[in-house]
Amino acid sequence: MAPAGPPAIEMLGIVKRFPGVVANDGITFVVEPGEIHALLGENGAGKSTLMNVLFGLYHPDEGEIRVAGRPVRFHGPRDAVDAGLGMVHQHFMLIPRFTVAENVVLGSEGTGVRLDRAAAARRVGELAERYGLRVDPTATVGDLPVGVQQRVEILRALYQGGRTLILDEPTALLTPQEVEDLYAILNRLREGGSTIVFITHKLREVAAVSDRVTVIRRGRTIGTRQTSETTADELAELMVGREVNLRVERPPATPGEPVLTAEGLEVTGTRGEAALRGLSLAVRRGEIVGICGVEGNGQAELVETIAGLRRPERGRVTLAGREVTGQNPEAIRQVGLAYIPEDRHGRGLVLPFSLTENVLLGNVDHPPFSHGGRIDYPATAALTERLMAAFDVRAPSAATPAAALSGGNQQKLICARELHREPELVLAVQPTRGLDVGAIEFVHKQLVAERDKGRGVLLVSFDLDEILDLSDRILVIFGGRIVGEFASGGVSRTELGLLMGGKDKTGETGEGVGVDEHVRVA
Amino acid sequence: MSTSASPNGRVTGPAIPGPLDRLRGALPTALSSAGAVAIALLIGAVVILLSGQNPLVAYVALFEGALGGVEPITETLVAATPLILGGLAFAVAAQAGLFNIGIEGQLVLGGLAAGLVAALPLGLPAVVHLPLALLAAVVAGGIWGGIPGFLKARTGAHEVITTIMLNYLAFRVSTVVIDLEDRLPVNPNLQATNAAEAGARLPRFVEGTRMHAGFLLALLMAAVLWYLLYKTTLGYRLRTVGLSRGAAAYAGIAWGATITLAMAMSGVLAGLGGAADTLGLQGRYYNVAAGYGFTSIAVGLVGRNHPFGVVLAGLLFGALSAGATRMQNTAGTSRDLVSVLLGLVILSVSAFAVFDQFRRRRQLAAAAGPGGPGRDRTAATADEPELESRPPQPAV
Repeated sequence: MAPAGPPAIEMLGIVKRFPGVVANDGITFVVEPGEIHALLGENGAGKSTLMNVLFGLYHPDEGEIRVAGRPVRFHGPRDAVDAGLGMVHQHFMLIPRFTVAENVVLGSEGTGVRLDRAAAARRVGELAERYGLRVDPTATVGDLPVGVQQRVEILRALYQGGRTLILDEPTALLTPQEVEDLYAILNRLREGGSTIVFITHKLREVAAVSDRVTVIRRGRTIGTRQTSETTADELAELMVGREVNLRVERPPATPGEPVLTAEGLEVTGTRGEAALRGLSLAVRRGEIVGICGVEGNGQAELVETIAGLRRPERGRVTLAGREVTGQNPEAIRQVGLAYIPEDRHGRGLVLPFSLTENVLLGNVDHPPFSHGGRIDYPATAALTERLMAAFDVRAPSAATPAAALSGGNQQKLICARELHREPELVLAVQPTRGLDVGAIEFVHKQLVAERDKGRGVLLVSFDLDEILDLSDRILVIFGGRIVGEFASGGVSRTELGLLMGGKDKTGETGEGVGVDEHVRVA
Repeated sequence: MSTSASPNGRVTGPAIPGPLDRLRGALPTALSSAGAVAIALLIGAVVILLSGQNPLVAYVALFEGALGGVEPITETLVAATPLILGGLAFAVAAQAGLFNIGIEGQLVLGGLAAGLVAALPLGLPAVVHLPLALLAAVVAGGIWGGIPGFLKARTGAHEVITTIMLNYLAFRVSTVVIDLEDRLPVNPNLQATNAAEAGARLPRFVEGTRMHAGFLLALLMAAVLWYLLYKTTLGYRLRTVGLSRGAAAYAGIAWGATITLAMAMSGVLAGLGGAADTLGLQGRYYNVAAGYGFTSIAVGLVGRNHPFGVVLAGLLFGALSAGATRMQNTAGTSRDLVSVLLGLVILSVSAFAVFDQFRRRRQLAAAAGPGGPGRDRTAATADEPELESRPPQPAV
């Protein structure tokens, strides 16, 4: 692509220090006008800091910023917006009760007392049409699917005069179809003359959408590449700093007898809705069963029911041949459940506790952790040290509070605690959410290793790639039921995506279509 | 395990507290508390000046009243006794995530129960009568503390509301009981129970002072509570519930039973505080709100809800209280001014404590690096508020 004029954004030698940490250590990041430029780096590499510097939320300690060739010094996001930059946040900054048009004009509604809603809706409608962003300006934002809400965010950035859009991990909350739609929108925006910065830590997205990619690692620019001239392996190596095995080594499974069965589960959700509607499934020893689906289709309730955190109205759960329906989580744990919860901070760990105290979580009442109500701290600390070594948990000592660890090390600690007890079944929920490539690789290897030891693994994830990479068998959950079952490799992403959205292969919306004889659907 | 090319290598920052740093961490706490007292006294000096008196004279009296000799020191320890026990009561509830404002009421009923049993002319030896009186305080305080815990576990009724209401109820119960002279060993004219039998009193052990064994009881309770909180499975469950209800549920810890127990333990400690005052200092129970219960909240907060911190904070407040009495008597500082001074100290020390906690949290966050722990995408977004708003699970 031929650069037309000066670069849209130049960030030259940006240094930003925090007490004890250099978040940006001389980063140079140049975006040409009219390109889609991916900013790739692991969590904690300095991407967010860099963007906060660009938007004037942080002042760089060193370095220079130019927008369209002119040196700038922003004192806040308003200055950045005035200079033609637009931010689409990962967590949308929308007001659910407002309409699309009201949200779009929010912040640029002028100083008048009266807001001309009709005129605003018309202008927003025109803008949406011009960029092919299918949105009804009069719809209430809270009623819209996540993918459409994101379009509203993009519209707002455009409405505010943004010529350069920055999207922060824009696919994190989207279904596969919505991701495809987003790619199409970004291409149209580029054809319309916009410049796009696409922040991500996923290699697949870099290849799918960007013209060029800049990789940062530990606060430094590692390099900029033409996307068409690089490979996923090269990018992964640049991002992590060592060779990474992107493909999960997974020899064929040799499943044995069922270790977990759920039969006809009917479970009421937190808001009183029917969350599970007669769900049945089985996990055998020596296989990884992946449950994929859009968030909110009963995954949380299924997990909580298996773990004993929620009582089913009907149906039963057996673990290793014993009925555990509605039992206390601790009792189920003793039968042989290892539970890696989705919410590391709210469930899996007590953040102010030391690593040793966190290893006690769920184990405290049993030897060797305690005897007669007295905790054996020396023994637990020694075990913690051993687990830290075996699971590569990087921390100064076992007395360090869990809050001081990176997300990856926190997750490794949870894996260590849950897996060292030789469980019958491993229940892993979003086990790599928010982790960097190195930690993801580690967690995936652990799950495969558990499988190969003859344990059952039930993997619940919203990340379709993770499901496809790891599962020996894939179950699709929709509306509180399993609506599809596939052997590994026997299904395409598109097919899964349609089922996850409650549609069959022809794209018709239905209650769910039987894909497998074993699965009964209405 | 390779350690060189770690994508997570940033945990080895300098500001992460290890066990050594935790020890060292106690020093700034003590220093900042001392600084807070100094600031409060400075502001107090201005107030005393404005009221036309000499702050120097007043403060010399304060110091002498608190630490100037054997008798002042024992007075400090005597004043600290119910505050330490009350502070421990606040601390144990706070460790389980509860805000016990009902210490005053639990203290009142503990004192009343101890006073009643102690006044019974049973003719028992001290080894039986004194423990019996203390047991009465334990039971009364424990029940009065356990009720709001049980109510919260069962119905979700907030303990701040229920304990405030139970405070009022405790005062009324005390007033009614003190009038039942036909049936109980009480003296309505004195608005008190009858004098405690000699064998039911906490012994005094420093000649010519009011120093009594209640102080030793307070120290013992602090040690017991420390052991319980940090060395037993019960204490572990209690602290887990207090720090993360979600993690407690995950681990199968029964939240309702644990908070009920924590509140009952809180009531027991508060009841012992009342008993120490009745059996050690007054010799009988007086139907007068002493106000220890509310100061105890400040003691617990300043002591960071750690048993040993509570002992130190209790001593500080005891010293101020003893010194303030002397200041009033010898320097002629008005009673109200003394109250203002105490209020200033509580405010200042509490403010420093809060500031300190804030600073520590920031240090921890900085050590982890921006965008690091506590900030990755699982944090504080959708999950935590959801946990908060989740209604109590069906009994599991």
